[in-house]
Amino acid sequence: MTEKFSPEFGQAELDLLSRLSNALAVSGDEQEVREIVYEQLQDFKDSMHTDAMGNVLVRHEGSGPNRLKVMVAAHMDEVGMMLTKEDGDGLFEFVVVGGVDPRQLVGKPVMVGRDHIPGVIGTKAIHLTTKEEREQALKVNALRIDVGLGGSKLVEIGDRATFSTTLQVLGPSLRGKALDDRLGVFNLIQLLKNAPENIDLLAAFTVQEELGLRGAITAAYQLNPDIGIAMDSTPANDLPHFDGEENTTHNTKLDGGPAIYLMDGATIGDRRLVKWLTETADAEGIPWQYRQPGRGGTDAGAIHKTRAGVPSVSVSVPQRYLHSPAGLVRIDDELNTLKLMHAALSRLDKSILIPQENK
Amino acid sequence: MATKNHELLNVLQMLVETPGPSGSEHLIRSKIEAEIRDHVDEVYTDALGNLIAKKGSKKEGGRRVMVSSHVDEIGLMVTHVDENGFARFITIGGVSPLTCLGGRVLFMNGTQGVIGMERLEANEQPSLAKLFIDTGATSKEDSKIGVGDVAGFERPFMNMGKRLVAKSMDDRAAVAVAIQALKAVESTPNEIFFVFSVQEEVGLRGAITAAYGVDPEVGIAVDVTRTGDTPKGVKMEVALGKGPAIKVRDSSFIADPRVVNWMVEEAKAQGLPYQMEVLEAGGTDGAAIQRTRAGVPAGCLSIPCRYIHSPSEMVDVDDLQQSVSLLTGLLSKSIEI
Repeated sequence: MTEKFSPEFGQAELDLLSRLSNALAVSGDEQEVREIVYEQLQDFKDSMHTDAMGNVLVRHEGSGPNRLKVMVAAHMDEVGMMLTKEDGDGLFEFVVVGGVDPRQLVGKPVMVGRDHIPGVIGTKAIHLTTKEEREQALKVNALRIDVGLGGSKLVEIGDRATFSTTLQVLGPSLRGKALDDRLGVFNLIQLLKNAPENIDLLAAFTVQEELGLRGAITAAYQLNPDIGIAMDSTPANDLPHFDGEENTTHNTKLDGGPAIYLMDGATIGDRRLVKWLTETADAEGIPWQYRQPGRGGTDAGAIHKTRAGVPSVSVSVPQRYLHSPAGLVRIDDELNTLKLMHAALSRLDKSILIPQENK
Repeated sequence: MATKNHELLNVLQMLVETPGPSGSEHLIRSKIEAEIRDHVDEVYTDALGNLIAKKGSKKEGGRRVMVSSHVDEIGLMVTHVDENGFARFITIGGVSPLTCLGGRVLFMNGTQGVIGMERLEANEQPSLAKLFIDTGATSKEDSKIGVGDVAGFERPFMNMGKRLVAKSMDDRAAVAVAIQALKAVESTPNEIFFVFSVQEEVGLRGAITAAYGVDPEVGIAVDVTRTGDTPKGVKMEVALGKGPAIKVRDSSFIADPRVVNWMVEEAKAQGLPYQMEVLEAGGTDGAAIQRTRAGVPAGCLSIPCRYIHSPSEMVDVDDLQQSVSLLTGLLSKSIEI
């Protein structure tokens, strides 16, 4: 068996995750995260490449017999905005990229382009608004990103923008932007650095997940794996219900551990893989939870339909306030997700592929 | 005809009474495998769970043909069990809250349940968020089901003589047709892959990967289609009892005109009644096959069916027999398209 893997979250880990979280990598322009991945995975430079879509694909070959080819995907991109038109005076019209709630935008500090030019999504001051105006949510086409006079020379139409939130430690929690899915990217880097020898680990740092799993479609075709796992982040809708009713739609809960997917809008989790993960967690004493079956999708939705089919499943870190300027996760949930993934991969062999009825 | 009907009905009843919502096809898959094993050259289950049976090998004028009928059915998956043992759920495939009311369900682990609903406000429409499954449990601890458990609708098979009623006629009626044709094909110049596909109801997912694996030269989906023959129903030409329907288009694909013509010519040659099907909404495995790799000529043989996606789907036994004849004829000869 492999030696015990006990990940910790010290200063080095915090620094790396901060750089990942603070980076600007809105779908279609993932370069900043891609550079961090390359820097972190220097040791793999001979087995790492960037494909035509921009995915970073890394192969770590194990050494045991009968190794499964296991694709593990984490997406580098985040939701955000793209500048579409200059209105003069440093004001820019923009569109949202991926699932952003327009109500989240008003009044937020943002950064634009690869040079992180600061700006703000401005709106009329409360002094000047009417009661009626304050009761209406503003639409995206009524908003502008304001980079200040002169700043307009530093940004261009087509530049991406995101919230200028920096990662903070709040006791047992982390607060930051783009933790969907920089936690997955962070975990995939750690898995490669501690890769189990019993499998071939095919890592995919994917692009354009937030626009419809686009990078994973081509990454999975290229890697041609036996099974697939998406590591992502999923909402924790676990705030108290103030009507006193039982919360039946929490999706996941903080402190519940890694969230294992049974079904979302894009994938029905392979039952054999779901069982493998839950049994591993139980055996290792790692807390876990099911992500409530529901909508949404992860890279597994693309992977499982690749070529002649790839049994797939997803594991997510639960997160409050997903796709907003600041999400909140528990450090323990993050570490337990990494622990579960490592332990599960370390016990994987080809018997996982025997059809359910023949077991 | 009577004995042929007897065999078809036995297969159909076995199929419709086996639960198998999308993603939970292991029971129905093993029953089908047992039914067909002795009639095919090779049978295997692929990575996503499609059961694939090969019959015949390619001779002069023959083609590699994929015949796809999906074994999964619509169903429900539990999302939460509350402290009193009531289960909330999400649908698997296209389930309407209206057809859930008063419904009975059977879980894959054998647990039975009925569907209840919260009290509605005046003029409020039933919605899935208001529905729950009551399995007779008195508490969460005492519930025999939990998050992720899957249920299918539960109704017995009903033989009305000419008409047959059951849940999951979509698509077990077509599976029964494919199985009977598989048995009936004796000599063929074609290499036929009968695919009993999974996860059709959630987006043709099984057929996408099965078609890639089989790499066919021609594809035929066998599925049910709507009819326009009920009081104030959809405006549509297809009716129950007027023969197999040959699909021209639905909202997922336009059937290859050469395949449509091939089916029409075979029906005429056999003197079988047939109907041309133009379906406004809906999709079948044919769409997945068509877009595989560099493209595959594909069509769909449809079985007229009333009340699709309700627990009481109705088909006509003569339509089924004629569909078996049509499919058998198509597969037994060289294919010139």
